[in-house]
Amino acid sequence: MSTFSLDEDQRQIKESMESFAADELRPISRDCDEKFSIPPEFLEKTWGLGLTANIIPETYGGYGFNRSCLNNVIMAEALAYGDLSLSLAAMAPNLFVLPLLEMGTDAQKQKYLPTFCGDKYKVGTLAIMEHSISFDPFDVKTKAVLNKDHYVINGEKCLVPMADTAEYFLVIASTDKGTNAFIVDKNTAGMSLVEKEKNMGLNALPLHMIAFKDCKVPVENRLGGDKGIDYTRLLCLSRIGLSATMVGVSQAVLDYSIKYAKERVAFGHPIATRQSIAFMLADAAIEIEGIRSMTWKAAWTADQGEAMKNELLRISYLTKTYAAEQAFKISDYGVSILGGHGLIREHNIELWFRNARAFSMLEGLAMA
Amino acid sequence: MISFKVSDMEKQVADLIHGMANDIMRPIARYYDEHEHQKPTELEPFRVIMQAGGMGSGRKKKSGEKKEIKVTDDKIGANVMATVGAEELGWGDVGLMLALPGSGLGNAAIGAVATDEQYERFGQKYAAMAITEPGCGSDASAVSTTAVLDGDEYILNGEKIFVTDGDRCEVVVVWATLDKSKGRAAIKSFIVEKGTPGLTVGKLEHKCGIRASDTAVLILQDCRIPKTNILGDPEIKPEGGFKGVMATFDASRPLVGALALGCARAAYEFTKEALAKEGIEIRYDKPLTKLSAIEKDMLWMEAQLEMIRVITQKAAWMADNGRPNNLEASMAKAKGGKAGNLICQKCVELLGPIGYSQKYLLEKWMRDNKVNDIYEGTQQIQMLVIARRILDYGRDMLA
Repeated sequence: MSTFSLDEDQRQIKESMESFAADELRPISRDCDEKFSIPPEFLEKTWGLGLTANIIPETYGGYGFNRSCLNNVIMAEALAYGDLSLSLAAMAPNLFVLPLLEMGTDAQKQKYLPTFCGDKYKVGTLAIMEHSISFDPFDVKTKAVLNKDHYVINGEKCLVPMADTAEYFLVIASTDKGTNAFIVDKNTAGMSLVEKEKNMGLNALPLHMIAFKDCKVPVENRLGGDKGIDYTRLLCLSRIGLSATMVGVSQAVLDYSIKYAKERVAFGHPIATRQSIAFMLADAAIEIEGIRSMTWKAAWTADQGEAMKNELLRISYLTKTYAAEQAFKISDYGVSILGGHGLIREHNIELWFRNARAFSMLEGLAMA
Repeated sequence: MISFKVSDMEKQVADLIHGMANDIMRPIARYYDEHEHQKPTELEPFRVIMQAGGMGSGRKKKSGEKKEIKVTDDKIGANVMATVGAEELGWGDVGLMLALPGSGLGNAAIGAVATDEQYERFGQKYAAMAITEPGCGSDASAVSTTAVLDGDEYILNGEKIFVTDGDRCEVVVVWATLDKSKGRAAIKSFIVEKGTPGLTVGKLEHKCGIRASDTAVLILQDCRIPKTNILGDPEIKPEGGFKGVMATFDASRPLVGALALGCARAAYEFTKEALAKEGIEIRYDKPLTKLSAIEKDMLWMEAQLEMIRVITQKAAWMADNGRPNNLEASMAKAKGGKAGNLICQKCVELLGPIGYSQKYLLEKWMRDNKVNDIYEGTQQIQMLVIARRILDYGRDMLA
C-alpha cells in the first residue's frame, strides 16, 4: 500500500529547509540572478546546515545521519522552492559526495570524503552534459582510454556547476567497458575551464564549459575501481534530485500566482474569480500533487536498492520527463496569470519561467 | 512513513479481480456492447467479491454511533482495497462493472446514511441512485423532484434521468426536496422500492459507450412511500445535511479515477502489444532526438498512468487513515477522467484502422471511458471544487 506521511526526520528536514529557503534563498534570489553570482556568505551559511556532512558516515568525519533518496528529495524540494540556482549551489557538493558514498572504493572514500567534513564550504561537482542539441547520457562523447596505469580523457563538458571553485570533479566518460565516472582533481593537467556559461536562466549558479585534452587521470581515480559504477543508478539519482527541484519551483509558482490572482482586480473582481484563471491554478495544483508523489515513488524505489534495480530506470525516466514538462507548463501559467507584470524582472515569476525551461534538457546538476 | 510497497493483500485482491475481469468480463464485453439493454447474467461471481470488498455497499457504521476519526499512517482499509479492485474492474470492462449489482452510489448512500432499521430492510438490495433531472445535472442543489409529507407517507413527484441501474435495480435512492424555498438544506434522499405504484421506468438510453450498463429515465407520479423511507435524518437542517450527502463523493471519486485508470491501462497494454508485434519497443533510455513520435506518445501515456495511480492511492490512503481528502479525491477523479480518456483516445489514434475496428475492444474502451470524466461531477465541476479549495473561495466567489 502507498503511504504518504513523513517520518520524524523528514518532518524536521522539511521544516528546517523551508525555513532556510524562506530566510536565506528567496530574499536574495532576484539579486543573485541579476548579478550572475552568489554571495560567499550564502555558501558558508548553507555549509553551516551540514547538508553534505550529514550524509557522510562518522568514520570519514561526517555526522552519519540516516541517508536516503527520499530524505534528499524532501530537502531538495524545500530548497528549490526558495530559489533553484541557489538550491543547486547549496547541494552541489553532493554531486561529488553522493556517488562517492554509494559507489566509491574504500580507498576513494577515505581519500576524498574528509574534505567535505570541515568548517568551510568545499566544492565538488559533476561533469556530465555535453553541448549538443539533445544530449544522450547513454552515448557520452567524452572518452576515457586506458593506457597502462592511467586513463586519458578527451572531450568537452558543459553545464558543470561551480567548476571555477571545485576541488574535485566527477567526470562522466565512456570507455570500452561502458560509461564510467572519473575523479579529477582541480589542477590536473589537460583539464581547463573554457568559459563561464550564460544561459536563459540558472544565472546565479556558476555553470561552466570545461575541456579535456589528453587529460591523464590515475587508474585509481576511476570511481568504484575495477568494478566501476552502476552508471544507470547514478543517472537515476540525479534525475530524481532534479525532479524534486521541479516540484519546488512549481509550488513556488503556484503559491505566488494564487496570491497575485486573489489581489489583482479586473472588471470589479479579483481575477481569481474567473474560471480561465482559476482553472489554470487548479490544473497546476493537480499536476504538482502528481509530480510530487511520482518523485517520492521514484526516490522510494531508489532506496530499495538491488531489489528494484530494474524498475528504477523506468520510473525515474518517466517521472523526470513528465515533471519537467509540467513544471515548465506551470511556470508558463504563472507568467500568463501575472499578465504584463509577469514579464517584468521584479516579480520572481519570469525568473522561474526562464529557470523552468532548463528542466527538460538537464542531466546532472542535482543528486538525491 | 512514505512507502509504495504493494502489500500481499492488495496483490492478492488485484490478482483475483484481474483474473475474474479477464475470464468473465472480457469474453462477454463485445456481446453486451452490441446487446445494449440485455441484462448480463454472467456476473454473479462478482457479488461475493462486492460483499467482501465493500465496494460501494457495506456498512460504515451503525446509526447513532459517532464515527471515531483516528489519524493513522498505514492502515489498509476499505478505500485502498476498493481502489485496487476498481482499477482491475475498469481494466476488465467499465460498463460491466457498472452493471454489477451493489456497485453504485445507491448502495454507497444506504451503507453510509441508513438507519439500522433501514439497513435491515434495504442493505442487501440492489440499489440505484437517482439525482439528475432533465433540468439539473451539475447543479444538484436545483433538484425539483418534490417530497410532500402526507400523514405516514411521503408523496414523490418528478422525473429523473441518467439513472444507472435504473431498470435492473430493486430499490432507488431518489433525491428530492421537502421545500424548494429552503434551498439545498431541504434536499433529502428517499428509498423507493421497485413495484411501488407511481414509480415507472421510462426509456432506457442508447449510449455511446458503457452500453452494458443500463441508464434509465424514472418517472415519479404521486408515488407514495412510507415516511420511514427517508434516508437518515428527516429534519431540515440549515447546515450539514446536503454536505453530508456530498461527502460520500470523497469516497467514490478516487474510485472513479481508478476505474478510468484501469480502462486506460487496458488501452495502453493493447497498444503496446500491437506495436511490439511491429517491432516497435518502448525504451526508457533515449533522449528526445532518438525517440520516434509513437514512442514519445507511449512514454507520455505511461507517465500519466503512473500519476493517476499514485494520486488515487493517496486519496484512498487519506480516507482510510482519518485524513480529510476532499481536495485529493477531486484531483484523483479529475486527473483520472481527463488523462484516462486522453490515453484511450490516443491509443485508438495510434493504431489506425486496427484502433478503429470493432474486431478489437480498443475502440469500445475509448467509448466507455468518456463517462468517467462526466458522471460523479464533471471534469469542469472538479476543477471548480479544486480551484475553490486552493483559493479558499466559496461558491459565491468562484462560480
